[in-house]
Amino acid sequence: MFDRRLVQYFDWWLLLLTLVIAAIGLALIYSSVNAGEVSSSKIHLRQASWLGIGLLVMVSVFLFSYKKLDRWSPVIYTVCIGLLIAVLVVGKTVGGSTRWLDLGLFVLQPSEPAKIGVILILAHYFAKKVSPGGMGFRELLWPLVLSIIPFGLIWMQPDLGTGLLIMLITGSMAFFAKIERRTFLILLAAVLILLPLGWFIIEDYQRTRILMLFAPESDPRGAGYHILQSKIAVGSGMIYGKGFMEGTQNILSFLPEQHTDFIFSVLAEEWGFAGSAGLLILFFLLVSFGLNIAHGCRDDFGTILAFGITSMIFWQSVINIGMVIGLMPVVGMPLPLVSYGGSSVVTSLLGIGILLNISMRRFVKD
Amino acid sequence: MNTLSDSSKKNGVPERFFPKVDQEWYRRRLSKMILWMFVVFCILLVQLFNLQILQGDHYSSLSENNSIRKQRIQPLRGHIYDRNGLLLVDNRPAFDLYIVPADASPINETAKNLARFISRSPDEISELISSHRGPYGYRPVLVKTDISRDLMGQLMTRRYELPGIVIQTSARRNYTHERFAPHLIGYIGEISSGELMANRYPHKRGGDMVGRVGVERTFEESLSGYPGTRVVQVTATGQVASVLGEDPAVPGHNVHLTIDFDLQLTAQRLLEGKTGAIAAIDPSNGDILAMASSPSYDQRLFSDRISTRQWQKLVSDPERPLQNRVMQSTYPPASAYKIITAMAALEETVFDDKETVFCTGRYRLGDRTFRCWRREGHGHQDIVDALSESCDVFFYDAGKQLGVDRIASYARQSGLGQRTGIDLGNEAPGLVPTASWKRNRFGEPWFAGETLPVAIGQGYNLTTPLQMGMLTAAVANGGSMYKPQIMRFVQNVGGNIEKSTSPEELGRLPASDETLEIIREGLYNVVNHRNGTAYWHVRSDEVDISGKTGTAQVISRLTEEIDLMTTDEISEETRRRLLPHAWFVGYAPSDDPEIAVSVIIEHGEGGASTAGPIAKEMMESYIRGYSLENLMEPLPGSGQ
Repeated sequence: MFDRRLVQYFDWWLLLLTLVIAAIGLALIYSSVNAGEVSSSKIHLRQASWLGIGLLVMVSVFLFSYKKLDRWSPVIYTVCIGLLIAVLVVGKTVGGSTRWLDLGLFVLQPSEPAKIGVILILAHYFAKKVSPGGMGFRELLWPLVLSIIPFGLIWMQPDLGTGLLIMLITGSMAFFAKIERRTFLILLAAVLILLPLGWFIIEDYQRTRILMLFAPESDPRGAGYHILQSKIAVGSGMIYGKGFMEGTQNILSFLPEQHTDFIFSVLAEEWGFAGSAGLLILFFLLVSFGLNIAHGCRDDFGTILAFGITSMIFWQSVINIGMVIGLMPVVGMPLPLVSYGGSSVVTSLLGIGILLNISMRRFVKD
Repeated sequence: MNTLSDSSKKNGVPERFFPKVDQEWYRRRLSKMILWMFVVFCILLVQLFNLQILQGDHYSSLSENNSIRKQRIQPLRGHIYDRNGLLLVDNRPAFDLYIVPADASPINETAKNLARFISRSPDEISELISSHRGPYGYRPVLVKTDISRDLMGQLMTRRYELPGIVIQTSARRNYTHERFAPHLIGYIGEISSGELMANRYPHKRGGDMVGRVGVERTFEESLSGYPGTRVVQVTATGQVASVLGEDPAVPGHNVHLTIDFDLQLTAQRLLEGKTGAIAAIDPSNGDILAMASSPSYDQRLFSDRISTRQWQKLVSDPERPLQNRVMQSTYPPASAYKIITAMAALEETVFDDKETVFCTGRYRLGDRTFRCWRREGHGHQDIVDALSESCDVFFYDAGKQLGVDRIASYARQSGLGQRTGIDLGNEAPGLVPTASWKRNRFGEPWFAGETLPVAIGQGYNLTTPLQMGMLTAAVANGGSMYKPQIMRFVQNVGGNIEKSTSPEELGRLPASDETLEIIREGLYNVVNHRNGTAYWHVRSDEVDISGKTGTAQVISRLTEEIDLMTTDEISEETRRRLLPHAWFVGYAPSDDPEIAVSVIIEHGEGGASTAGPIAKEMMESYIRGYSLENLMEPLPGSGQ
């Protein structure tokens, strides 16, 4: 039966914000592939159709209560893990990484939906364990196992960025659900000890990328190229930018992947500090709206789920923008809703759809 | 850190009455989180402020003087060779004429000067430049592709009056022999925007070429190679001042095919002026030795980015030159199909090798009369005679006793009615009719009278020349059905073998050794017995040939009607179009086959007289070439 409150409590502001950010993304993609080009590319239309598909997915998520996801989360999680295994077995290899499944109609990147899968199963678990005293090692063991499986599978693709993102989301959710103080301190100490060890595990090129953060000028033609060109693009935008489709760094193609991971550099160059700070604020608003929905929710599962999705958007946007402005090493991480890419856009919209679902059903008992 | 116990005690309410975790607790957690997130966003904002405002001037000047650029180095596409290592396809350098709009001023003057060298009007040139000029005009605009060396020389010496012109070198596909095996080798074409978006060729970019048809397409991944990058310093106008570093491109692998250059050339020569196809197969392993289809086309059209008009012309040509008739066209197999009916009759013990049928030239079934091709009849025929003289009545009788489904079962097990699995696109499966097929297709039951034409390869039967060739090869080698192979090996430029093929046996003919022996005797007599259908046309002094003729009716009923018309009612062309297709399938030498051949000539009329001599010349020329290689060795008993 249709409940009028579903419309009453629908978070129109969040939907509007989402659409505004996605529209900015479309304009940036158009500029990044068409500025200075002789023949025009239709890639922005493809992104638009992905946004359309994403919105359909979003609407279909409204049809049932998010509470059903609680029961279904183990199944969804298992399917996601199955897809990740399938990628390693029959995946499509592009540029040395095997991240995609060719489904005939389109190519799916299963690590994207896997993020939602992990958030669901963790919300399912933490909702049962959450307590004011916080969780100890025993309670944290399961979440660790549940997130380390996809982490390992994604790492093997190899896609360290997305793998680490899953660990960051897991950590944030555990932290939110509260970790016992003593346990937290021990874990913190362990991470601080393990981080230097990680330095020796990662590949050479990854080490170089981290080093280049501090001195991109030391190798402007090689390893520092991306980060330096990106900083030049961002910095040269100054206050008001060079204007839409007018970015010289953009036109002369100094940066590869401008329409995917480095899309923020196009914004910063062409719209200046006004534009880049503006988008940053929009993302902060998006994250705040997400947390507000978590706050409004009356049950443990919904609250933790809303927080998990918000933390996914938060980490992705922060890591992506941080990378473009030279605060983070170069990792493959799309800017949610903005970067070109079907799987990423649909996953972001799916996540926001779940947030909207939680919001509109906050007073509905079923 | 706040815990629930703190807050609950403040309210003075016993802890146990509260839910384990309440709204207030979550509110505190969430406020803490949003604070953290706010701090992180502030750090990003500070860095943006730092880069864009504090250091904005610095980066702005860097951007203006930014002279380091990454360029892409196109890989060279791999070469294609024949089975003996003879070069068939490689690349040649081509010179493309570009103009940098920003440097070309005054544009009208430059356009006028340039128009004297190339076949375009000054207006066209200035229009081209202004319409493709980007916001800065630094990006070179393509004016003419593949200019001649002479023109390049002239342009270079007149550089002073042609400011802004740039000549860039690129590689073009080069076919060392014009119109050589175009249906097999195929061609390349510009990548489409759809393929780019679907990321089907991850290393390709707009304007790159990809294999479209044939070997070029099948082995696209091996042939294409990987692009490299070059870091260059550019001048203010975007021209390369110096190369700073290079990560070279990886050239594509070379593909060595199974086809034999001389034999392929022979096949193409034999098909000249005719419409038809020839497949030659090594029966011992399934290697395709030659694959010719006529009419053919010039692949060079495609390597130079074919124009729409040329493409339309090729596509709409009623003779369909783009079609690979060896594997994409199907024809009724006609009498060549009697190999299948004979196999079924022997295996199902409908006949043994001694039983005879008396052929009077006609065969009655119910109230219908079916004719033998020889109106006066063959007299007593055993199965060997019936094959060698191609007696229809014998096979009508065999067909009636077998029934359509039993014949179909042998045909399918012999590889007909399904794709052979050759590694080339769009292979036609052909058709083996059965009673249930007809019910599904037409909603009608099978009539006994329809089995008779099927038994002699007419009726609904459809096969490709390749299928018939593979069948013949299997009969020749003692029953092994191999997958037809077109590639021997793929070699990288370092000389290492990346991939190679070994014979792949897909199955065995559904026939015992004795059955095959009887069929081979029949096929031997076709060519070597005085009464054999191909005795006068195919028998060779050089080598023992076995084979089977076939004459496929095009539209039997129509021909009957036309017989009734007067000659001046029918044009010459219509008459030709109604002539039957001529088939010959065979192998040589008969006792130890080295080559199997399948020939079809559309509207060639007589299987023996038209297709036969072509097949004979193919086999003779191959065996001759083969023995030439062994010329140094004494040939014991070479009188045969």
